Amino acid sequence: MSHSSDLAKKQAGTNPSPTVETYSGHRGLMLEEPLIFERDSPGRCGVDLPQAPKHTPRLGNLRRQGKIGLPGLAEPEVVRHYTRISQKNYGIDSGFYPLGSCTMKHNPRINEKLARLPGFADIHPLQPVCTVQGALELIAHLAHWLKTLTNMPAVALSPGAGAHGELCGLMAIRAALDARGDKRSKMLVPESAHGTNPATAAACGFEVESIPADATGRVDLAALKAKLGPDVAGIMLTNPNTCGLFERDIIEIAKAVHNVGGYFYCDGANYNAIVGRVRPGDLGIDCMHINLHKTFSTPHGGGGPGAGPVVLSEALAPYAPLPWVVHGKDGFKLLEQKQGDAAKAFGRLKGFNGQMGMFVRALAYMMSHGSDGLRQVSGDAVLNANYLLASLKTNLTAPFTGPCMHEALFDDRFLEGTGVTTLDFAKALIDEGFHPMTMYFPLVVHGAFLMEPTETESKATLDNFIATVRHLAGKAKAGDVQHFKEAPRLTPRRRLDETAAARNPILRWRPAVPASKQAAE
Amino acid sequence: MRYLPLTPPEREAMLKTVGAPNVDALFKDVPKSVYLDRPVDLPSFKGELEVDRELSAMAARNIPAGSVPFFCGAGSYRHHVPASVDQLLLRGEFLTAYTPYQPEVAQGTLQMIYEFQTQVALVTGMEVANASMYDGATSCVEAIMMALRVTKRKKALLSGRLHPHYREIADTHAYFHGFTVSSVDPTPNKPEDLAKQIDGETACVVVQNPDVFGNLADHTALAEACHAKGALLIIVVTEIVSLGLIKSPGEMGADIVAAEGQSIGNSLNFGGPYVGLFATNNKFVRQMPGRLAGETVDVDGRRGWVLTLSTREQHIRREKATSNICTNSGLCALAFSIHMSLLGEVGFQRLAELNHATAVRTAERLAKVPGVKVLTETFFNEFAVSLPKPAAGVVEALAQKRILAGVPASRLYPENTSLTNVLLIAATETTTDQDIEALGKGLEEAVR
Amino acid sequence: MSDKKFTKDHEWVAIDGKTGTIGISVYAQEQLGDVVFVELPAVGKVLTKGDQAAVVESVKAASEVYAPISGKVTAINQAIVDDPAKINQDPEGASWFFKIEVNNSSEISELMDKKSYDSYTAGGAH
Repeated sequence: MSHSSDLAKKQAGTNPSPTVETYSGHRGLMLEEPLIFERDSPGRCGVDLPQAPKHTPRLGNLRRQGKIGLPGLAEPEVVRHYTRISQKNYGIDSGFYPLGSCTMKHNPRINEKLARLPGFADIHPLQPVCTVQGALELIAHLAHWLKTLTNMPAVALSPGAGAHGELCGLMAIRAALDARGDKRSKMLVPESAHGTNPATAAACGFEVESIPADATGRVDLAALKAKLGPDVAGIMLTNPNTCGLFERDIIEIAKAVHNVGGYFYCDGANYNAIVGRVRPGDLGIDCMHINLHKTFSTPHGGGGPGAGPVVLSEALAPYAPLPWVVHGKDGFKLLEQKQGDAAKAFGRLKGFNGQMGMFVRALAYMMSHGSDGLRQVSGDAVLNANYLLASLKTNLTAPFTGPCMHEALFDDRFLEGTGVTTLDFAKALIDEGFHPMTMYFPLVVHGAFLMEPTETESKATLDNFIATVRHLAGKAKAGDVQHFKEAPRLTPRRRLDETAAARNPILRWRPAVPASKQAAE
Repeated sequence: MRYLPLTPPEREAMLKTVGAPNVDALFKDVPKSVYLDRPVDLPSFKGELEVDRELSAMAARNIPAGSVPFFCGAGSYRHHVPASVDQLLLRGEFLTAYTPYQPEVAQGTLQMIYEFQTQVALVTGMEVANASMYDGATSCVEAIMMALRVTKRKKALLSGRLHPHYREIADTHAYFHGFTVSSVDPTPNKPEDLAKQIDGETACVVVQNPDVFGNLADHTALAEACHAKGALLIIVVTEIVSLGLIKSPGEMGADIVAAEGQSIGNSLNFGGPYVGLFATNNKFVRQMPGRLAGETVDVDGRRGWVLTLSTREQHIRREKATSNICTNSGLCALAFSIHMSLLGEVGFQRLAELNHATAVRTAERLAKVPGVKVLTETFFNEFAVSLPKPAAGVVEALAQKRILAGVPASRLYPENTSLTNVLLIAATETTTDQDIEALGKGLEEAVR
Repeated sequence: MSDKKFTKDHEWVAIDGKTGTIGISVYAQEQLGDVVFVELPAVGKVLTKGDQAAVVESVKAASEVYAPISGKVTAINQAIVDDPAKINQDPEGASWFFKIEVNNSSEISELMDKKSYDSYTAGGAH
């Protein structure tokens, strides 16, 4: 335990909101930064562009009149603005980020360098195919890695993110059913599923029927079988599931669903737990989306972009959305129409060719790890999560005894009677320099804490985290409610009023009306 | 392995705490028959140097746009992105942050999204914008689905001059979602009369401006025609730089704007990742898909931002969500925002002027090529020409000579024989006089 | 005004002659948290028992409000539209949602009285 925690102990008894007043409003390196619009100086510009040469405009009468209202800044101010606001963000680069099912692993920088090579970044999606053979080759390579890792014969690469990939999988299932004139429309979805699953199913015209979990946190097999019939189009299962557990009955589930003529969609959000050790194709799935921004390290970027390729079985492969990258005797080709081999494709889901920038990053990651490295990824990810579970299950409360897969689930029973909620606990963790784990998900346990450390965390980081969580759990049980209710205290902003934001949404900046104008009005 | 910090002694100590003999024991729930006892049949791990070499070699087998005369557009445009954009993007606090669900440690992302929303609303002339969508094409289909929800009708009427990819995606969703899309194939010089086709079942009319051939039009009258019948007007913009010079969709009376933001801050990237812009008016804000950042205060009364109106989203509404979208295009939106901040009012307008001037010069040069006719009267930075022979063959021939001469319309409309000889040409501020001359000469030879 | 009757989905209805006043229960309001938005049916709309009649949103949840009995909407409570926070204050009184003209009074007998509803929610109703 470092000495800084002794210092923290000394200061623990002081003012709960230790704000030191300064004249400027800045606090040392915690610099306040207004909106870019509030730094406007009309006429200023951060880019030097030549004047347009004389020309006869051909705009018809559609020239824009009046001001757009964009602020003018020089380059140094723009750089300072974004540097300052970035400093108010926590990222994986900053520290431990144990969000369940998000797989916040290290984002290697070689991936960034390679994605920016002009040969990848400066090529147009509709250039003649003979001028982009290297790009198509990369896509084919990525496809090969994904298919081999999962033991699936085909992959649809165009979906733009995980939820988009789910849509792709379900559309493929619907297309396959329609192709054989089968009108069944029931989709079975576990209670513990992430909200995108039922939303996607509904978006494809399926009726969602929920399957409960059993006492071990897994899909209740008997309940599932009871719901199977000729009206079941398929099942959407996450494996490992959102409680961090491997669905032991998965092979039997796949067989049962296939027996009634349905299809098996697997949500691959938790693929990090089994990559290189289990091939989803061997389990009997028909399609699985893979989040390149989770398992394959492409950066989360504050909310995107992602990529959600979907591996497909023989049965669903013909329906994969356009475009398809194929290899022929004349090199690589892009099939962009519902013709020939792609005649049964269900259509297009996204503009152009898919998230090429993420493909480069993901392939660089895969090649860096190799099949042996990827096997180690899932091993270390699962070991790290079990280490957290074993170390914390007496201080917190765990609904399921171990072992878990890549994420550890706790609930809020340990906080009973303390007045401290899951939310309060998470906010106190923030002051301790950790990003909180996922809270209140999955919904199948009360006040859930879901922690996914990933394989890129060292034992030292985990030990630090464990000790801190133990300390906080102790504080909560000792009755120090204030400590939690007033957290966080040390962040650029403290708890924010989300109710006010929703009751009276202010969704953009507007210039203040000048006083003289107000008087006139 | 450089990304994996655990050492063998550490693993041993951890296994002891866990009470397992080895890591394989932790996978006991996996049926034995499917638990692999060895790595899959793929190459072993490689160091950075090797990975760099292999992938650089693949990159070298492509012709980058900046290395040759380049005139491709058709929904994706090559612009100069100032160097500071990328440097800022690579800051770990932006690059490696998650979705801002813990706002106290994500004010950077949230403030940036709020600024982005404002910039998008300003350039499109609308009241409110979201935190972005995957790309312009998915933004367009989300706009259509929003119009269906708002009007409770089931028909979407699409201009034939809407980018074919956008139309194809609408068709895909229509099939699975149970609504109808009607659209008539375009011919460059035959005007469309969409207003005539609007009826009491039309939820929305979708037009693109500039359209796929580069034509500019004022859709104010169409907006009125839509509103008279209770339908919404959706205007699509695939080249956002055009809004630096031409009348905004908001000023024309659009109800929703679905646009592609790639031109600002983002490279061509072979088609992705891009950034979809989505803007509408306040009366529809609760029907808007995607994420939204809203202003509020913290317990100390200081201004800050949070994600808001989330009850529309999938993680709360589940089956009843307005859309299944989970992500915005965070980093691409940030790149857009930084570039827009550098440009500002003056820069954005000047950039647009430069683009238009370059395109006008290009059109004038090509009009001199025997047999070539410029088909588009008014345009921004892209226009259509007709050649005396099939455009696809000409483009292939010129590619062999390392000239990327634009996008043949047949690439987008392979079945439409009236477009076989049509070529789409885009010119931006990155197009030089030498490029224009090379294209002119190249076409002269190719069509001889 | 008759005593309130409750549904399993936490709506209540109170009958006065031919008019039924409908709202959500204190329990429902507690579950939702701070209410931020409410959407009420149009006056004149004809509802069948079980139809989705309104939507109420809080920061963390959005809930459909279903018609506990059938009838035509005759009035809506604009006060709660203008200030959704009121729903948290007096959901079973001043913050009623809408009134209907009852067209099938037998449906009321299918609902729970306060005592039954209270034990229903005490049992951890979902």
